[in-house]
Amino acid sequence: MPKLTINGREVEVPAGTNLIEAARALGVEVPHYCYHPGLSIAGQCRLCMVDIEKTPRPTIACNTLAADGMVVLTETERVKETRRSIMEFHLINHPLDCPVCDQAGECWLQIYYMRHGLYDPRMTDEKVHKPKAVPLGPHVILDAERCILCSRCVRFCDEVTGTGELGIFHRGDQSEIGLFPGQELANKYSANVVDICPVGALTERDFRFAVRVWYLDVTKSVCPGCARGCNVEVHVNRRRPHHNEGRRVARLKPRFNADVNKWWICDAGRYGFKAVDDKTRLREPFRREAGTVTDASWDEAIAAVAGALERYAPDEVGVLASPRMANEDLFALRRVLERRGIRRVAFRVPPAVDGDQDEILIRADKNPNARGAELLGLDGDAAALLAAARARQVKCLWIFDHDLLASAWPEALVLGALGAVETLVWVGANANATSERAHWVLPAAAWVEREGTYTNFEGRVQRLRQAVEPLGQALPEWEILGRVLEALGAGARPPRAERWFRELAAATPAFAGLSYQAIGDGGQMVRA
Amino acid sequence: MTAEKLLMRNFDRADSHTLEAYRATGGYTAWPKAQALDPAAIVEEIKQSNLRGLGGAGFPTGTKWSFIPKNHAGPVYLVINADEGEPGTFKDRYLLERDPHALIEGMLVAARAIRSARGFVYIRGEYVEPWRRFAAAVREAYDAGYLGRGFDVVVHRGAGAYICGEETGLIASLEGKKGWPKLKPPFPAIKGAFGAPTIVNNVETICHVPHIINRGAAWFAALGTKTQGGTRMYSVSGRVKRPGVYEASVAITLRQLIYDLAGGVTGNGRLKAVVPGGSSAAILRADEIDVTLDVDGLRNAGTMAGSAGVIVMDETVSIPEALMVVARFYAHESCGQCTPCRESTGWIYKMCHRIVEGRGTKDDLDKILDVARRGAGTTICAFYDGAVGPYISYIEKFRSEFEALIPT
Repeated sequence: MPKLTINGREVEVPAGTNLIEAARALGVEVPHYCYHPGLSIAGQCRLCMVDIEKTPRPTIACNTLAADGMVVLTETERVKETRRSIMEFHLINHPLDCPVCDQAGECWLQIYYMRHGLYDPRMTDEKVHKPKAVPLGPHVILDAERCILCSRCVRFCDEVTGTGELGIFHRGDQSEIGLFPGQELANKYSANVVDICPVGALTERDFRFAVRVWYLDVTKSVCPGCARGCNVEVHVNRRRPHHNEGRRVARLKPRFNADVNKWWICDAGRYGFKAVDDKTRLREPFRREAGTVTDASWDEAIAAVAGALERYAPDEVGVLASPRMANEDLFALRRVLERRGIRRVAFRVPPAVDGDQDEILIRADKNPNARGAELLGLDGDAAALLAAARARQVKCLWIFDHDLLASAWPEALVLGALGAVETLVWVGANANATSERAHWVLPAAAWVEREGTYTNFEGRVQRLRQAVEPLGQALPEWEILGRVLEALGAGARPPRAERWFRELAAATPAFAGLSYQAIGDGGQMVRA
Repeated sequence: MTAEKLLMRNFDRADSHTLEAYRATGGYTAWPKAQALDPAAIVEEIKQSNLRGLGGAGFPTGTKWSFIPKNHAGPVYLVINADEGEPGTFKDRYLLERDPHALIEGMLVAARAIRSARGFVYIRGEYVEPWRRFAAAVREAYDAGYLGRGFDVVVHRGAGAYICGEETGLIASLEGKKGWPKLKPPFPAIKGAFGAPTIVNNVETICHVPHIINRGAAWFAALGTKTQGGTRMYSVSGRVKRPGVYEASVAITLRQLIYDLAGGVTGNGRLKAVVPGGSSAAILRADEIDVTLDVDGLRNAGTMAGSAGVIVMDETVSIPEALMVVARFYAHESCGQCTPCRESTGWIYKMCHRIVEGRGTKDDLDKILDVARRGAGTTICAFYDGAVGPYISYIEKFRSEFEALIPT
């Protein structure tokens, strides 16, 4: 492990660490554009210059590996002057259209100009003009005039997805990012180029002109789109409710996790948040009798569900849990099942089409918490449950989230089962064809509206955090189930998700020793 | 002064490009001698000869060869830079057209020295006839058994970018990529073409090698100066009576080249300025031409020997217009990879253009100088530093001419 000195402070870093990362280890920022830790070294923005003892002139830090005894200075007058020069070169042909640029507020040209530039502009000649507002694919739009040609997007498509749609065309100050002939930037990870674009050249078509980034609040969470559990940031627009067409969640951004998703998320996950502010969201509990819908209070709804559980024999009750429920919800459900001695439980409903999977992030299982449901002992035979309902052995069917009519099961079989049961209770966030047939519909909080944990396919327990208030009267499932438990006479329910998790960890060997604190931002593995 | 011609000795023969003519004038006699030598002995001989790279950088050739890792197990490549693109330079074209076998024999020797089994010759795309002649010579050499027995030559044509004459830009282009110079380290001798140790040499440099093997390092070294051996080919263009390629010792002076070999100055007959080493070399005033043309001589004069493309300007030439043309070239040819070069070559051209059009402002000259100095030394390759040579020298040495164009 080489030991070197940066700005007079010693630091030891693993062999192969470059000077940007070595400086970062000391909390020293070396400004850079083209360097990205997830991509190969390009060395072309020329901003990351530092002084190295015995080197005649400033050297790029990205392509210089830390060496034993190296003495590095990142803030000499010469380095600062070089940075100012490089910033000027980056900006002479930039359109400076920050007032209409989505990137404004999170643009590294703005940030570094304020930190390291602050020169007096002296470019008086006509700037180079290039294509603007060019759609590159379904999610990404290019403004070539804003581009600083750092090549991160090109390297992403070459090195991470291996799809190679993008190149840098022409030469000199006519150079521009573009698609190879016949190509479209439509790979399953395309919008990551927007995240790694340090400027406003690549922006999201979905987020375009939606809301200014400085109005967004950021919450750390986990993508519910598949069994990977990519770490994300939920960007919420609370402060300008009249922007973004009233949608509260403005966008998702990947959050670095070395063990799960590195710097990336897939497009399906990135744009999977739309259901949160969708018109299918359920806001109040209601009952449906002979086709007539009547609003109900939570007290009425809980009393009805608890009453049904008590009215029927345990063997007459079937529960279809969901791998989209959090560990806390599933544990609370297990408590309910244990309390009533209900055995008919399952959670796997076969999807109508098999999910896609790749070697990068995407998993075929499009549920975030199938592993958690397994570990919590809820794995049963869902088809047998359905058959029992059809055979009128199950008289009360309690379904979480699923739309059985959108599954691989034949519609006739599903309709037969749903029509056969006396009491159909459905809990979930968004109405679907199955909830349309339920006698009781209980609105659940969406994943961004609540606390909880998912266990990903590798067994990593990760936290989702509340970014916005639940819509209407919606409640997290653990709260709904806690109220049912109380109504069943189980005593006071845990008041928070964290308390539920504490009970879960104490009662479930795989989760032993875990807590929200231990899980932290990066997650923790369950016991093998 | 003009000494004996080595590189151009056969140029007067109409059939000089053929194997027959090359053999008849002593060709392919160095190769058997080299085969009897240890690779290390060949490298040592080249070091002793003080042969320096004639493509532009002037790096000692033997030293470059010695950078190949000694016990490397995989392939090692010899790449010949025949992408001659430096404005004012047209010597390699003559060698490819008129003595292609000299290059092939030089490659055989060089390949033995660096233990390479495959050589690539990257020929400038516009050089159609040189390519035809050289490709024909390669076929002759295969037929005659010089090639194909432990050493193969691949002829590759460029597609018209100046930057592909830059060592690592050339390698990238040869690999089928965009001709962008590569980050160093790693240097080509460690990780070059296709990831293998690679030596890139200029055509003219390698054409000297058979002569050194045949006649000895000491003889070759004695033809030049203390730090550079041999002769070289000067491409003389511009306002001279007899423009063309001249072979002479590296120790002659610029004055001798212009007045004795090229017949003196035309135009109004009065010399104003000379660019001594291709467009990237700093310009010299008429009173600065008593300088030897070897690498160190010109370096000490504040310019460079470069590719020995000598551009002569008489007093009727407008230096601001000349700089505008040069600046347009660098703006057009910048590969666009490094920010300072990509952005400022275009900017500087715009400023030069404005000055020539009579729309300059009094700040422009200092702005150009400042921008050029700020960008110098900040890029991956030497392209920008090559552009800075003319930017700064033209303005500093002929400032009043620029100022005269700027409205007051």
